[in-house]
Amino acid sequence: MSITRLLTSLLFVIAMAFTPLAAAQQEDPGVALLNDLATASPREVEAAIKAIANSGDERARSWLEAFGSNRLSIIKDSGKIVVVLNNRGRDWTIADALTSENLGEISRRKLDRININNAMRRQLEGTLAMLDLYADNPDLQAQAGKDLLGKVDEALVEPLTEFLAQDRPRAVTNRVEQALAIYRVEQLGDIEAVDVLAGSLHSRARAALNSAVTSDDPALAGKARIALESVEQKLKLNRAAETLYFGLSLGSVLVLAAIGLAITFGVMGVINMAHGELIMLGAYTTWGMQQLLPGQPGLALILSIPAGFLVAALAGVAIERSVIQFLKGRPLETLLATFGISLILQQLVRTVISPLNRTVITPEWMSGSLIINDALSLTLNRLYVLAFALLVFAALMLIMRKTRLGLEVRAVTQNRAMARSMGIRATRVDVMTFALGSGVAGLAGVALSQLTNVGPNLGQNYIIDSFMVVVFGGVGNLWGTLVAGLTLGTLNQLLEPWAGAVLAKIVVLVFIILFIQKRPRGLFPQKGRAAEG
Amino acid sequence: MSIMSELTNRDRVFDFLTPSDSPVDVRHGPILYLEDVNVSFDGFRAINNLNLTIDDGELRCIIGPNGAGKTTMMDIITGKTRPDTGSVWFGSRHNLLTKSEPDIASLGIGRKFQKPTVFEALTVFENLELAMAADKRILPTLTAIMQPQYRDRIDDVLQTIGLKDLRDKLAGILSHGQKQWLEIGMLLMQKPRLLLVDEPVAGMTEQEMERTAELLTGLAGKQSVVVVEHDMGFVRSIARKVTVLHQGSVLAEGTMDEVSNDPEVIKVYLGEEA
Amino acid sequence: MWLTRPFYERSTQLFLGILFAALLVVTVLHVALPEGHPLHVTSYTVTLFGKYLCYALLAVAVDLVWGYLGILSLGHGAFFALGGYAMGMYLMRQIGDRGTYGDPILPDFMVFLNWQELPWYWLGFDMAWFAFIMVLLAPGLLALVFGFLAFRSRVTGVYLSIITQALTFALMLAFFRNEMGFGGNNGLTDFKDILGFNLRTDATRLGLFLATGVALAIGYVVCRAIVTSKLGRVSVACRDAEARTRFLGYRVERVQLFVFVVSAMLAGVAGALYVPQVGIINPSEFSPIFSIEIVVWVALGGRATLYGAVIGAILVNYAKTVFTGVMPDAWLFALGALFVLVTVFLPQGIAGLLKSRHTAKEAAA
Repeated sequence: MSITRLLTSLLFVIAMAFTPLAAAQQEDPGVALLNDLATASPREVEAAIKAIANSGDERARSWLEAFGSNRLSIIKDSGKIVVVLNNRGRDWTIADALTSENLGEISRRKLDRININNAMRRQLEGTLAMLDLYADNPDLQAQAGKDLLGKVDEALVEPLTEFLAQDRPRAVTNRVEQALAIYRVEQLGDIEAVDVLAGSLHSRARAALNSAVTSDDPALAGKARIALESVEQKLKLNRAAETLYFGLSLGSVLVLAAIGLAITFGVMGVINMAHGELIMLGAYTTWGMQQLLPGQPGLALILSIPAGFLVAALAGVAIERSVIQFLKGRPLETLLATFGISLILQQLVRTVISPLNRTVITPEWMSGSLIINDALSLTLNRLYVLAFALLVFAALMLIMRKTRLGLEVRAVTQNRAMARSMGIRATRVDVMTFALGSGVAGLAGVALSQLTNVGPNLGQNYIIDSFMVVVFGGVGNLWGTLVAGLTLGTLNQLLEPWAGAVLAKIVVLVFIILFIQKRPRGLFPQKGRAAEG
Repeated sequence: MSIMSELTNRDRVFDFLTPSDSPVDVRHGPILYLEDVNVSFDGFRAINNLNLTIDDGELRCIIGPNGAGKTTMMDIITGKTRPDTGSVWFGSRHNLLTKSEPDIASLGIGRKFQKPTVFEALTVFENLELAMAADKRILPTLTAIMQPQYRDRIDDVLQTIGLKDLRDKLAGILSHGQKQWLEIGMLLMQKPRLLLVDEPVAGMTEQEMERTAELLTGLAGKQSVVVVEHDMGFVRSIARKVTVLHQGSVLAEGTMDEVSNDPEVIKVYLGEEA
Repeated sequence: MWLTRPFYERSTQLFLGILFAALLVVTVLHVALPEGHPLHVTSYTVTLFGKYLCYALLAVAVDLVWGYLGILSLGHGAFFALGGYAMGMYLMRQIGDRGTYGDPILPDFMVFLNWQELPWYWLGFDMAWFAFIMVLLAPGLLALVFGFLAFRSRVTGVYLSIITQALTFALMLAFFRNEMGFGGNNGLTDFKDILGFNLRTDATRLGLFLATGVALAIGYVVCRAIVTSKLGRVSVACRDAEARTRFLGYRVERVQLFVFVVSAMLAGVAGALYVPQVGIINPSEFSPIFSIEIVVWVALGGRATLYGAVIGAILVNYAKTVFTGVMPDAWLFALGALFVLVTVFLPQGIAGLLKSRHTAKEAAA
């Protein structure tokens, strides 16, 4: 076989492969549908929309959406129907309506917009919603159901009732029922429909009930009032749950920030004022990881957990070896020296990286929220941090209770001299403890990078709070730290609605200051002769 | 119930009726009286139904193995630790459980710690000056002037404790034994009615021990002295009456010979086999 | 008399001698030499020196509690700021209708916030004597209440340090709020005159500088009188062996409270003299970092010496002036390093160095 023949046959195969495509393009039913829409007289538009909606074409939704938002246009020269992607300025970016291929910019003068009037637009919304309700995508269905609330008009009643007759997911039909009920209550004054609304926490349903309360029909008004009360009751409950969630979330952050401190302070009696900066280092490690792995924020975040621990732990060891070991038994001096280190670390970050905040990307699986109901949704990143905090706490408990290190640490805490004479190398335990406490600070930093700005002042914002948590909980007691952190977090959130964020914080601080007067050793004090000394 | 019985208790003098600086009343018996005292730390019973009576002018030695509750007992008497139950009276007027440490000290109870605690950054003279019985409120202390008669008193005590040559040296440079002496000197300056002395001869030479024994026996009669000590030889040399503490309560009481022949005491000190 | 005792001490005589000589030299160089003369001290520098002296007085106050009582207060900036605010309120009222909005009673920021009348706690501050009493009372009262609660419950050591820090932090947050009525973020500023003297004239500035010098001298003598009294020795006793002191019959918590309140008042005076010289008081003086900085001045100079605190305050702040002028980024590095080096290598501070040289000389002689 000669090479020429081979090439020819190859070409043939390629040509054959492309032919059906070319043919399909010619026969694209979309062309006809869109052309009908473009050329329809105002009276015919409704039919054209229905034709598109009923065509079953995958692209139908995007066409109608573009039409509704005035973005469907015709290129005057070629008669090609396009979607305008960007309509700012003189030249507009367009895409082929059929293939979605980006066609670049074109002068807006060369475009002819396919117009839509307001009446049409309202009808279009309903059509779109119906289209979504029947879509295969459950998210789309749920969203459509939600969007329908308050949007139902006469025209939609029939198709929606028809929809309800079919066997559809409960979540969606609930929504549709509520949407219909809102229409019935508002437009028809239907008393029966009030019952349906009593079960909804959506603000639109509440609005419908609120207007029904002022209705002329006393029966309706009375029933609406009762329904409204039950809704308010449920809302209160949900708001309480939300406050609790935010409180626990803030608390978990405090626990994370403070627990490393609880270890170094409780075990070694060392006041580490640079603890906040170790947290900052953890946060910057996350940022650095994401710079190293562009496009993979999730992977970078997961890798940051060990990396952040390691970076902060190493920094901790460096601090312990270079400064703290020389200041044994002089807690106040340690406080000053570590404060100096915190200043140096902050300035180092400012000089080397930037004085400005860095953006740490939240991976997709951590963004968004977990929707419990209309009044209550839990942001995922906070949920993850809460879980992470509990995990870290459990791990620390395990280390302290079950490992050799934990045993040695507890021995050194209780009686340093005795532990030493039993052959425990107290110095090594000190280094390990400090590394552990610092590493946990690094973990806190990784978690915090998902919640707040990562900047040189990150640590400073948490150090006082962390100390408060440790002191409040009782030094040397991890459970105390957990309870104290969660309590203070919740207390802060409880106070915030009526006091404002700043005042709430002040109140909490004053509360702790007063609390310490009452119980100088915190919530869970260490008792006995050892603690007396 | 208990409030009612307290109120109807006719021979009871209420605290608010007793001026806190009123003299110690020992006409009706002992100077120190502990009854049914209990203390526990985290479930551990440090003091267990302790009953103890010290007569005015008595010199009492308290011995007992480690953990018998000797130091805890001192803590209770001086107000550092509050017992869970029981009562502690100084004379028949002062309920020590309602008083703070400085109050108890000004009532006339002086204490020497197990580990000698002197003010190391002050001179020997200044240590004694601070201990001196005087008005210890703020403003009198601020405006206090060293009167000649005070100086003489301090010099007397310096003579007694043999630290005259070290008068103006910092207490921090003293040897262990000298610190013990200084602390005893501070007790003397306080002119207490009752001295609680915790291990006074630890770290002392034979000679120093003898002098300490002389000093303490010399005090008895004028003042009541309670000595907690491990050194049996020392106890034997000064003791008239000895109390043996074990597991937070009194195991035996009597002269040194009596207690050292007590089978229970021998068992505690020599182990179960004995 | 206990108050005059320090005058018989060599060290106090020396300190006062040097201080007054320095005041005299600065005054002469400022007044007698014409501007442009190489040795002329400008009005700007006079005020700068005045600022250092305020810091020195503040450091003496901190040394009194830290050095002699063992209480490391990380909240003395709060007392300084309260004294400053009391003075600031007086200066604010002195502006009268010369403010931007021309309101005869209300300070500008209140007009700006649409307040209709003066809050009750601003009343009386138009009178100098009242304001000057408040300079002592405001910090003193805070110290009294806070100290009473803390010392009664025997909160000492690092716990106390942490709580004092929380205290100043809470106050900072509070003073940042506009609703507090102290000018919020911007604080109090745009002062015109004090006791009728225009704050912008050289003579007033020199006067304030000299007044600060005298205040430092008085503060020093008062502190010295306290620490050389029997009470001073009791303070040291509390510092080194709290329980022992208690068993001697001293009420440790009252000793601590007395000294703490005196110290807070001195800090308040320092703040009050500071404000007219720098021309502004805002919540940043409450920031925890400032309070810790004061401690490092004392640590550098040497604890429990009083004169060491003065040396430390002046040295560090002079260094700060130089650094922030030449290379501002390096200042925090230098300050951080100073914290570390002083605590690790120079626990006795500069005064300790001087002392050990002194004793070495004596030993050699």
